[in-house]
Amino acid sequence: MPDAPTDDAKDAKTDGERRNRPFWSGLLTFGLVSIPVDLYPATRAGGAPLRLLDEDGTPLQRRYYCPEEDVDVPSEQLVRGYELAEGKYIVVTDEELESVDPKKSREIDLRLFVERDGIDPLFYEHGYFLAPGEDSGKAYRLLASVMEKSKRAGIATFVMRDQEYLVAILAEGGLLRAETLRFHDEVRSPKSVGLPKTKEPSAALSKKFEHAIAELSTERLPTAELTDEHADRIKELAEKKSKHGQHVTRTNAKTKNVTESEGADVIDLMEALKRSLNGHGGGAHPTKRATHGKAARTTKKAAAHAHATNAKKTSHARHTR
Amino acid sequence: MWKGVLRVGKLSVPTTLHAAVEDVAVHFHLLHDEDEVRVRQRLVNPATNEARSDGEVHKGYELKPGTFVLLTDDELAKLEPEASRDIQLHSFVPRGAVGPAWYDRPYYLAPDGEAESYFALVKALRDGERVGIAHWVMRKKQYHGAVTAHGDHLVVVTLRTIDEVLKAPKVEPMSRAADARELKMAEQLVEALSGEFDPAEYSDGHRERVRALIEAKSHGKKPKAVKAPRRPPQKSLSDALAASLKNVNKERKSA
Repeated sequence: MPDAPTDDAKDAKTDGERRNRPFWSGLLTFGLVSIPVDLYPATRAGGAPLRLLDEDGTPLQRRYYCPEEDVDVPSEQLVRGYELAEGKYIVVTDEELESVDPKKSREIDLRLFVERDGIDPLFYEHGYFLAPGEDSGKAYRLLASVMEKSKRAGIATFVMRDQEYLVAILAEGGLLRAETLRFHDEVRSPKSVGLPKTKEPSAALSKKFEHAIAELSTERLPTAELTDEHADRIKELAEKKSKHGQHVTRTNAKTKNVTESEGADVIDLMEALKRSLNGHGGGAHPTKRATHGKAARTTKKAAAHAHATNAKKTSHARHTR
Repeated sequence: MWKGVLRVGKLSVPTTLHAAVEDVAVHFHLLHDEDEVRVRQRLVNPATNEARSDGEVHKGYELKPGTFVLLTDDELAKLEPEASRDIQLHSFVPRGAVGPAWYDRPYYLAPDGEAESYFALVKALRDGERVGIAHWVMRKKQYHGAVTAHGDHLVVVTLRTIDEVLKAPKVEPMSRAADARELKMAEQLVEALSGEFDPAEYSDGHRERVRALIEAKSHGKKPKAVKAPRRPPQKSLSDALAASLKNVNKERKSA
């Protein structure tokens, strides 16, 4: 994640509670039209993260301690400090940080629409789904449909969880997505990296590259290739060892597990979509009931499927965020 | 700086990788409130409250909640991807075939030594409007990436894996029966608000305000709070669209 301020301790504290609700709720606006929306992450942690354990298999905890007195420091005794000079800090409180931000920044105000394919891939940072909030189905669908047809993205800045984000709102398959973008001062220029000036390659060499590219060209991104083989090997070895009863330990200690909660993220999004787009609310025409009923069923099935797949994929995963 | 050789069929392009993202965040440290000493982290067994050093810990993969399979460092070392300098481009897709959801971290590629093949690849990607999909191993980690022409140079953006990207739920497309007048107005409004995207026009106001707060506090000053304006209540969709269009047109005339 980008931007200021960063401190893991405070983040970890609210981790569990924010899982089951939207990441952010607010208004998506353009002109005088405002659409209540809920934002859900479109990515999740992958890989095969390992836990650090004690001799007897107890999962170890990372704790803060003060090296001065050699005592553990509980989170309520932690404060944020900005280092002015070595060992000299300016303490900044939560209240002060809140006061610098108009906390009511509950709006993604689209004042500019741009060609969506014209956005430099260097800027894309993190993806979210936007689900329509209460009774906003009609306006949501209208905007999604117009944006998709015109291949445009809406640009805005907004504040989410104490950070300001530049964001591109895109429409894809009737669904709105929010893609956070890096701010321009976070992206280096070719000049600052010291890339050399271009030289015209020979026609013969250019032709060779053209041919080599043509040989390997496909129309779609081969997503099935985008696997984490290293993680798969770790999971395989763990499965194999467990089947042979080797080196397996159990603990009753509460461990964080992503299986249920991440599944819940997906379900919440499905529910929100079903409610606003396919079911009641959102100005659905009574004559269109049949279509909406069908859509609702499809969504439910998709939700159940997504949950199953999700649970399967993450049942071995462990908390990482 | 990491050296890697792009492989396209039988052709090769020697390059070096350079991070394209800069860390400009305001970093805070966590301090102990009593003495304002920076805290450190240690590993503790929560059952016994005993601290453990890095050398004493074991690694385990959590098969299901509370069940760990211990994996030794030797076993894990054998699973590490094999070190290599090759950045293998295995497919080329049209620009736009890579959705933004996949993009993770961007790097600039610079020619390493001989530069003609580098610029030949830039030209071929640019003229063909193609993006190369690659995989490679860098510092014991496996990566996927999209290699694109970026102006006169090459950029590779690492891609998320298929496990990390959530599938978008299916949504019924908007029915034809949608209010034609509203659709027309929405189209006009989006059109009227359309323009060029210049990232330099946007800055992180929050980050700047946090810096100003620190600056003020370091001089013993107390900063003031800011209030956000409130939005007027919502009209009907039709009315809101019509009023927005009117506003936009008015602004245009006066501009």
